[in-house]
Amino acid sequence: MDILTWTWIIVGLSFALYIGIAIWAKAKTTGDFYVAAKQVHPVLNGMATGADWMSAASFISMAGLISFLGRDGSMYLMGWTGGYVLLAMLLAPYLRKYGKYTVPMFVGERYYSQTARVVALICAIFVSFTYVAGQMRGVGVVFSRFLEVPINTGVLIGMAIVFFYAVLGGMKGITYTQVAQYCVLIVAYLIPAIFISIMLTGNPIPQFGYGSSLSNNGMQLLGVNEGGYLLDKLNGIQQELGFSAYTSGGAKSTIDVFAITFALMVGTAGLPHIIIRFFTTPTIRGARASAGWALLFIAILYTTAPAVASFARLNMIKTLNNEEYAHAPSWFKNWEKTGLVAWKDKNSDGIMQFAKGNAFDGKIAFEKGPDGKTLKGQYGESVVSTKQTPLEKSKNELYIDNDIVVLANPEIAKLPNWVVALVAAGGLAAALSTAAGLLLVIAAAISHDLMKSIVKPDLSETGELIWARGAAGLAVCVAGYFGINPPGFVAQVVAFAFGLAASSFFPVIIMGIFWRRATKEAAILGMFSGIAFTAAYIIYFKFMNPPSFNVAENWLWGISPEGIGTVGMCINFIVMIIVSNLTKQPPAHVQEMVANLRYPREIK
Amino acid sequence: MSDKQEFKAYWKENLTYIIILLSIWFVVSYLFGIILADNLDGIKIFGFPLGFWFANQGSEVIFVILIAVYVKLMNKLDMKYDVHEQ
Repeated sequence: MDILTWTWIIVGLSFALYIGIAIWAKAKTTGDFYVAAKQVHPVLNGMATGADWMSAASFISMAGLISFLGRDGSMYLMGWTGGYVLLAMLLAPYLRKYGKYTVPMFVGERYYSQTARVVALICAIFVSFTYVAGQMRGVGVVFSRFLEVPINTGVLIGMAIVFFYAVLGGMKGITYTQVAQYCVLIVAYLIPAIFISIMLTGNPIPQFGYGSSLSNNGMQLLGVNEGGYLLDKLNGIQQELGFSAYTSGGAKSTIDVFAITFALMVGTAGLPHIIIRFFTTPTIRGARASAGWALLFIAILYTTAPAVASFARLNMIKTLNNEEYAHAPSWFKNWEKTGLVAWKDKNSDGIMQFAKGNAFDGKIAFEKGPDGKTLKGQYGESVVSTKQTPLEKSKNELYIDNDIVVLANPEIAKLPNWVVALVAAGGLAAALSTAAGLLLVIAAAISHDLMKSIVKPDLSETGELIWARGAAGLAVCVAGYFGINPPGFVAQVVAFAFGLAASSFFPVIIMGIFWRRATKEAAILGMFSGIAFTAAYIIYFKFMNPPSFNVAENWLWGISPEGIGTVGMCINFIVMIIVSNLTKQPPAHVQEMVANLRYPREIK
Repeated sequence: MSDKQEFKAYWKENLTYIIILLSIWFVVSYLFGIILADNLDGIKIFGFPLGFWFANQGSEVIFVILIAVYVKLMNKLDMKYDVHEQ
């Protein structure tokens, strides 16, 4: 069977599974809808959290990004895992003890203030929408690449599926579909990685494989005569081509890598869709354990990613550089159609040259004939219409999109067609699971924090459930709209989501738990100053000035907008400490509530 | 010892665990994986330069272990001070 048929079958089966689970796990009460009735086993919650957390970007783009950045790429690996240690020790057990449904609700009650709750509510909605738009787009992109349907149709199909299980099942439905989605995505990620590892090094565990020596088979495949450690080979080749060694940093300054890693870690710990997952376990013990399981399941993918990245880097350079286009590997020609890879001769020798620097100036587009088909050049390559960079500036003739590293993996490893199909299903699982988790945060914020608590406190249980479902449905539609008409700034705002979570929720929740003296004025001013600073910094560099201005010389202490959430967080903490000391201490019942959070059982 | 003092002691021990474990968290990721990575790269374990390994995989593995240790310690502590859930 061909790839397309396999993809339809496997994606179809996975979708049928998600729908089946949604029907089985229908939410009957608001407790079901918001926190799955607090009946989720810690291990299953760990899997669900893993799927909730790993987005289309983690699945499709991260390995490619690391492959491109070398050691500096590890800031994503550490940044997107280290937050779970903070969650397990500083947040999850205490918030689970608090036991209510949403993050704005905790902020509102702990700081005895509706204003604080509204600020938290707006942050939660903003952070979640920012994130979800990218996920819906991701669904569309996977559909268009693997199933040859237009991106917009893909977004609509994705919307229909998420609509079904998020609106019907709420947190309960989402949790169990996420468990299934985790299984799909991890299998899809590991199979190609394991086979490539065997192919190049003979080691079936990719995590160890990329620290091993090349096998005879690997040497033959890459056309090298001398064996040795794979990473040494990769360093040597990178340096030959004018790049810095793969295993050394250098693309970014140490302080910037430090700040970005920190912002990602505390941002993770402050993201509402992750925090609410820990409300669903039956016990506090379970909430702690659940964070550990979640990180274990995430780490399985996150330790495989750097292996995939270095295998792909080595393989690509060796099989593409200085090769005649006519003899290019078949995966290269297959993926040329999607525009993820492209080649245009600079020195008219018909040979592909790879080197440091960009081959093209701007976004890749192809020359089209009158019949709408892409024109073919003299060697059979698709003709790129984008302007080339001059030869003096860079000898590079190849454009290679980061995403290709994961997407073309099965073909590079010469795996059967069904594995390619599985990767498509895995990408969809990653995008859909994250989207669903985010939509639930938005739905709960609207139905519980806005309607039930502020606008209409006499809302009945049934009424609230209707609002929750309605809000989830509406959120799906808004997310779908942004998926079809992506605002130009989607890529830019990811920094925003982490920066905001780091500079708003994280300090306020930590202080709320660990310091009884933290007051409502402090929380409001702290959140406000943290967000205002972080947002202003990001907007100033990302939106108000040309990209050429966004460089280290202009940054505060050499910290890029991606890492500025770290500074925003410090500002929030400092403001909170000062203001708390200047204002009247919190009422007795709040102090008692905080004291109670510390102990798993009720104490008097 | 009164109940109140017992609870205080429980919380103090919990904070001690957190401080120790988060120090390790900081050392393996920020110190070994970022600040000292270049110095550690001179040491090789199999094909991995050590700093590169900490940044790419070591920190993640140690993070998982840290949480596992914390969970174990806290489960014991909950029992010791009788604050565990019924």
